[in-house]
Amino acid sequence: MAESEVTPVDGVAVEINGVEVIARKGELLIDAAERIGTYIPRFCYHERMNPVGMCRMCLVEVDTGRGPALQPSCMIECTPGMKADTESAVTKKAQDGILEFLLANHPLDCPVCDKGGECPLQDQTMAYGPGESRFVEEKRHKEKPIPISDLVLLDRERCILCDRCTRFAKEVAGDPLIHFIHRGNNTEVNTFPDEPFASYFSGNTVQICPVGALTASTYRFKARPWDLETTESTCQTCSVGCRISIDSSRDQVQRFAGVDIDPVNWGWLCDKGRFSSEVVTSDERLAEPLVRDGSGLVSAKWSDALGRFANALGNASSAQSIGVIGGSRLTNEDAYAWSKLFKGVLATDNVDAQLGDGLPAHVVLGLPSATIDEVCAPGGTVLLLGPDVKEELPVLFLRLRHAVVEDRVTIVEVSPRSSGISSLTAASVHPRPGETADVVAALMGLAAIDREIAGVSAEELEKARAALSASAGPITVVLGRASLAESASITVAAASAILNARPDTTFLSALRRSNVRGALDMGLAPGLLPGRVTLEDGAEWYAEVWPTMPSATGLDTEGILRAAADGRIDVLVLLGADPLSDFPDADLAERGLTGARTVLAVDTALNSSSKRADVVLAAAGFAEKSGTTTNIEGRVSTLSHRVTPPGTSRADWMLAAEVSSRLGTDLGFESFGDVLAEISAVAPAYLALDQAIAEGSPDGILLPLDVVVIIDEEDDDIVIIDETVTVSEDGAEVDVTADVVVEETDDDVEGLIEIISDDSDVAGSMPPFVQFMPIEAVVSPPVDSYGFRLVASRKLYDQGTLVQSAPSLAPLAAGSIVSLNPWEFDRLGVASGGRAIVRTAKASVNVTVQSDPGVPRGVAAMIVNQADGRVSDLVSTDELVAEVRIETAS
Amino acid sequence: MARLSNDNVELAREIIGNYPRPKSALIPLLHLAQEQDGHLTDEAMAHIGELVGVSSAEVLGTASFYEMFKMEPVGRYMVNICTNISCQLRGGEELLAHAEKTLGIRPGQTTSDGLFTLEDVECIAACTEAPCLQVNYRYEHRISNEGFDQLVNDLRAGRRSDIPSHGVLAEVRQHIPEDRRAGVVTPEDKTAPVWVAAAGEGVK
Repeated sequence: MAESEVTPVDGVAVEINGVEVIARKGELLIDAAERIGTYIPRFCYHERMNPVGMCRMCLVEVDTGRGPALQPSCMIECTPGMKADTESAVTKKAQDGILEFLLANHPLDCPVCDKGGECPLQDQTMAYGPGESRFVEEKRHKEKPIPISDLVLLDRERCILCDRCTRFAKEVAGDPLIHFIHRGNNTEVNTFPDEPFASYFSGNTVQICPVGALTASTYRFKARPWDLETTESTCQTCSVGCRISIDSSRDQVQRFAGVDIDPVNWGWLCDKGRFSSEVVTSDERLAEPLVRDGSGLVSAKWSDALGRFANALGNASSAQSIGVIGGSRLTNEDAYAWSKLFKGVLATDNVDAQLGDGLPAHVVLGLPSATIDEVCAPGGTVLLLGPDVKEELPVLFLRLRHAVVEDRVTIVEVSPRSSGISSLTAASVHPRPGETADVVAALMGLAAIDREIAGVSAEELEKARAALSASAGPITVVLGRASLAESASITVAAASAILNARPDTTFLSALRRSNVRGALDMGLAPGLLPGRVTLEDGAEWYAEVWPTMPSATGLDTEGILRAAADGRIDVLVLLGADPLSDFPDADLAERGLTGARTVLAVDTALNSSSKRADVVLAAAGFAEKSGTTTNIEGRVSTLSHRVTPPGTSRADWMLAAEVSSRLGTDLGFESFGDVLAEISAVAPAYLALDQAIAEGSPDGILLPLDVVVIIDEEDDDIVIIDETVTVSEDGAEVDVTADVVVEETDDDVEGLIEIISDDSDVAGSMPPFVQFMPIEAVVSPPVDSYGFRLVASRKLYDQGTLVQSAPSLAPLAAGSIVSLNPWEFDRLGVASGGRAIVRTAKASVNVTVQSDPGVPRGVAAMIVNQADGRVSDLVSTDELVAEVRIETAS
Repeated sequence: MARLSNDNVELAREIIGNYPRPKSALIPLLHLAQEQDGHLTDEAMAHIGELVGVSSAEVLGTASFYEMFKMEPVGRYMVNICTNISCQLRGGEELLAHAEKTLGIRPGQTTSDGLFTLEDVECIAACTEAPCLQVNYRYEHRISNEGFDQLVNDLRAGRRSDIPSHGVLAEVRQHIPEDRRAGVVTPEDKTAPVWVAAAGEGVK
């Protein structure tokens, strides 16, 4: 047979239903059969979890030389000479028996069950079942449904005890809060009394439940599967870029489900992502533009709102008096259109997609990058130098957890306090806030470990250094901002030290806000142009496609707010941004918003900042427009248009084009495809993206593509041999393997691009990509032994617009607390559960105190953007690190 | 009466030290909790989970499998009367009926004074002594109706000091000297257990 002629390395020849198959070594029979198109029915087996053989549905007749016998195909690996028959009379009888047995107690309430229509039990009963049952006895009845968490309901009579949800909870999520109890005749899945299944990943159990036993409170009785229209898209809740399916019915989004793609999410989602489907249908959504009339915002006609928006921009005294904040929640096309408007038409470089809570763009785009797969590669070593991934990038946490538990990956964590992943690390050190870079330098061998450094004992440091140096190969670093009360320069200094000591290190940036990477890639940062090039390097390149160009590098968000506070900003534009809630220094945000003469906002819903705007343009949001998005790795995937935007709201790129045309410049965009085409033709890192998308890319497209060749203006004789391109460079012929070969260019840009490659030998006139600019170590202020250093980190659920406009998620945001090491309580005279005043030079907040041994001594840990007591009132962006005093509240 | 008392936490740590992995001590610790409170309280199960490093749900999942762990309060004396075949032939069911009448409760119930809980059980492996019963898992052989009444009277009058209160497995607690304990080691630790080392045997 054809297949057997090409024997894979370590291949195992087996026979399934008379067909010879070369299975991979260690491959399960059920997988090998599926690979050749023979589906073996199953309930408990899930390709992303360890097999257990609980349900017996996958029994098939297997002969390994001792005669045929029924064996569960999910539990046996293919062995040489194995013969399996998945359709024999014996197999069929086993399948009949198992289904009859499972249905002995499973209620036949399919007509009212949410799973009906997409239920593996229903489908497989129809396909493989006996058709009728010999059981006449009454079925079991149990209370239905019982909530096992705020989001998930359990209907125990429907459960067939397949162990998928409980295995997921224990093996994948690491939250074994549901378990089989009353094992025996009365086995059921349940939680401990009063200890709900409060996992950030609980929604996945609903998706993998093969019956209707687990249902999501957000979707119960909302739609029937056969009425759903489904489109694949990419989750925009955080920047991991999980692939999802959007189900809608009657033009309303009903639910999101995870789609399994190998490089990113493996089918899993976090609950914030999954249940953010409610955000799309939120009552808070803007359906029409608003303008300020007297003291309040009132609905307006689009012509009026756009006119006022364009006038404000057109009447600004200079390009430097326009400031633009936000853009991280947009598609790449939206971000490019705004970028072209503000930088290429209005010539302002005061544009920043981040709100002072991320990392400088040159760090994100310029460091040697690692993909999630590279970080999680078996046997690797990872340095975590950023936020609590479980709270900010939950699915990345799942991947890292799997890497540690299953793939022998070593993690060393350097963070100001313990995190959700600390228990999985080989070493977890908690330097005093502000002194992280000193500890990193010591771990990298740049400083001697002969004493305590930054509050970390020499012993702990030695352990962490040993774990890091045990790896012979390069390490990977997950880099981000662990605390908003610490300056980003500390993280940059730490990254500089790492690159200095180990230049082969690669980095994965742990920024949180959905398409922040795409926004930076599209130039929404000071000193940048689309395609990961700097303003300085790229000005010439863009000169032919953009009408104008900023004259000098502009201000970041902090700079814009400072300028606005000083009255130097005429127009402040908020692109879906809420600086009052999200900027680390609330006082500066307040002064900036007050000081700006005109505030313009573009958003899907009003937030505390856009409520203060003079004009608010209603934007279409997620699932309401097509586009592309770029995740933390630099992987581009598509966003789908599934439902109609509310009212007359429209996509940001259209708004940018409208505003531009009112300012007298045609951006040249009539569809999102036009924008994508222009990005793909001019943005260096994004060249030929549209062609790669058109070729189909279920896993997304990791940019930049290896080589893109575009026909030279002078001679067309580039030789194309398959994917290898021979180009002429300084007289020498160079062979280049291309991901994509572009043979024709858009008329507008023809002649502009010659030969583009990330291989510098064949690079043409393309500007170089952004380079990381290392900095020297920062000097932290002396320790005040009476005070505490503040750590301001995030939780998954907060008072942000996204969580708060999803009714199911909004109540999950914990209030403000200050967590202290239990050893501090006596000297402070405060008690756990009591109130305390946290005071800095500029403000104080009154919050509840919590005892937390994961917080080092001398540190006060608070959560950003929670109700009652905002951390951003305490933080001042002038300071490298926030020092606080804690007093008892009287 | 909720979480394990300080003395019992001491004992719990000793028990955990007897096993290579903390989780292995789960069932002995559940017995300890039952000895303390007469049944397993939610608080005690949660506390045991903390001590051995598993979730409360996993503790409940294990505990709820075993009939001998009681999730609800039971009387000071748990009376289990065998109604399996040998005892049945020798009058076990009649004995159960008599017990119900004497104590005024049905199987599964507890007397209002909190002294007795009655249960009918499957074979307790004393067929040669049928009909038999257990009080707090201590055997009473060849019990007649009069013998049962006498037993109940003796228990009420406190004349049966040989029968401890419910939950006590052994009246003498075994203590393993520290140098003979397995100690908590990870599965990767291949050093010889102390009892092997102490006996001078090597691990191949």
